[in-house]
Amino acid sequence: MTAQARSLTRKQIAWRAAQDIADGSYVNLGIGLPTLVADFIPPDREIVFHSENGILGLGKAPAPGDADPDLINAGKGAASLLPGGSFFHHTDAFLMIRGGHVDLSLMGAFEVSAEGDLANWTTNDPHFAPGVGGAMDLAAGAREVRVLLEHTTKEGEPRLRRRCSYPLTAPRCVKRIYTNLAVVDVTAQGLSVCEMIEGMTLGDLQALTEPPLTLADGWRPLQAPAL
Amino acid sequence: MIDKWFSSLAAAVADVKDGATILCAGFGAVGMADELLEALLEQGAKDLVAVANNAGSGDRGLAALIAHGRVRKVICSYPRSDKPHAFEAAYKAGRLELELVPQGTLSERMRCAAAGLGGFYSPVGVGTRLAEGKEVREIDGRPYVLEMPLKGDVAFCKAQKSDRWGNLVYRKAARNFNPTMAMAADLTVVQVKEVVELGALDAEMIHTPGIFVDRVVQVAGAR
Repeated sequence: MTAQARSLTRKQIAWRAAQDIADGSYVNLGIGLPTLVADFIPPDREIVFHSENGILGLGKAPAPGDADPDLINAGKGAASLLPGGSFFHHTDAFLMIRGGHVDLSLMGAFEVSAEGDLANWTTNDPHFAPGVGGAMDLAAGAREVRVLLEHTTKEGEPRLRRRCSYPLTAPRCVKRIYTNLAVVDVTAQGLSVCEMIEGMTLGDLQALTEPPLTLADGWRPLQAPAL
Repeated sequence: MIDKWFSSLAAAVADVKDGATILCAGFGAVGMADELLEALLEQGAKDLVAVANNAGSGDRGLAALIAHGRVRKVICSYPRSDKPHAFEAAYKAGRLELELVPQGTLSERMRCAAAGLGGFYSPVGVGTRLAEGKEVREIDGRPYVLEMPLKGDVAFCKAQKSDRWGNLVYRKAARNFNPTMAMAADLTVVQVKEVVELGALDAEMIHTPGIFVDRVVQVAGAR
């Protein structure tokens, strides 16, 4: 990697993922990095955010003092409802997910395999009881699954793997991967790099990625504004 | 005459037996019937199997039952959420069994029991650790896993308003698991903030019809 290659910040990864969300989409944002995506939706698009606890039309976090104790998001934080929003019960919230009514699920991940297998619910750490929440429902049920993650672990190990080393959330579900270094599509021919940061070569990126990468036709530099 | 209103929390939970499977509605702390669950703590029932999305929040309700060793097993999707110290202490001490179920599967299994169905095939969990040992069947070229109904002996729910027929109206995202759990138990006990005269609820806007509800207790000051 050359000196000018600059990794995206977490906000910039979220910004990049937001640019791909089509106007009119019903979207579920996972806890953590995907939650930031809501802040970067282009102003010309109307997106309806779905929350697993029975909300469509989730708005931004309320100002301190305006929080309603009966209105929280999936991360248990204070939330707001947009005009046109609705409440419904849990079984319908998951019917929307499982039945393919939610257009897009954006989730975080520990690892993604070359075939789009997703691992994002447990690292088998014996210090923590496992929890799955709605991750398997979203991975198996949403019409399209895209993930946002750092390209490597803190120790520099690839998170894009030939096979996931952690237990799967669902096999073959991820279609697109946004990282701090690249935008990668999962295709029948393997992982295809659509965008990578300026100053990075395919060889540089391959050194940080376990399965073989190919450059997509018409690939572009991965750029995001300062945020 | 039908009158499902109970005057005390203690009376509403008096006959819950040791070993009962209790459905505890709520998501995090929102929509949880903390006062009813604390009345159950007072009542003394033990060896309980608690079905809930999260395994207790803070020190109230389900968390108090767990902290006092009354719960043998939790069936939930995400045990550690929003101040889970009671769960973590019991789990690490080996005093609490955990059955993990994907959130939508948890809800649908209870709906299935409520609807009198013998199970359902779901695409969720196929190819993962949580489907191990379960029947897998291919339908229209896609693999599905057989999930069984999940019924409660008692459901503890929370609503905003009720009339004496037990018709319920919830408020905002406090609805969550309440309508499904209210349908899925042999005995459904509900705490409500307000009680209103029969006919005062708009029939077009009732979320849970009273047929599913057995007992209603007013707890006006609940969080």
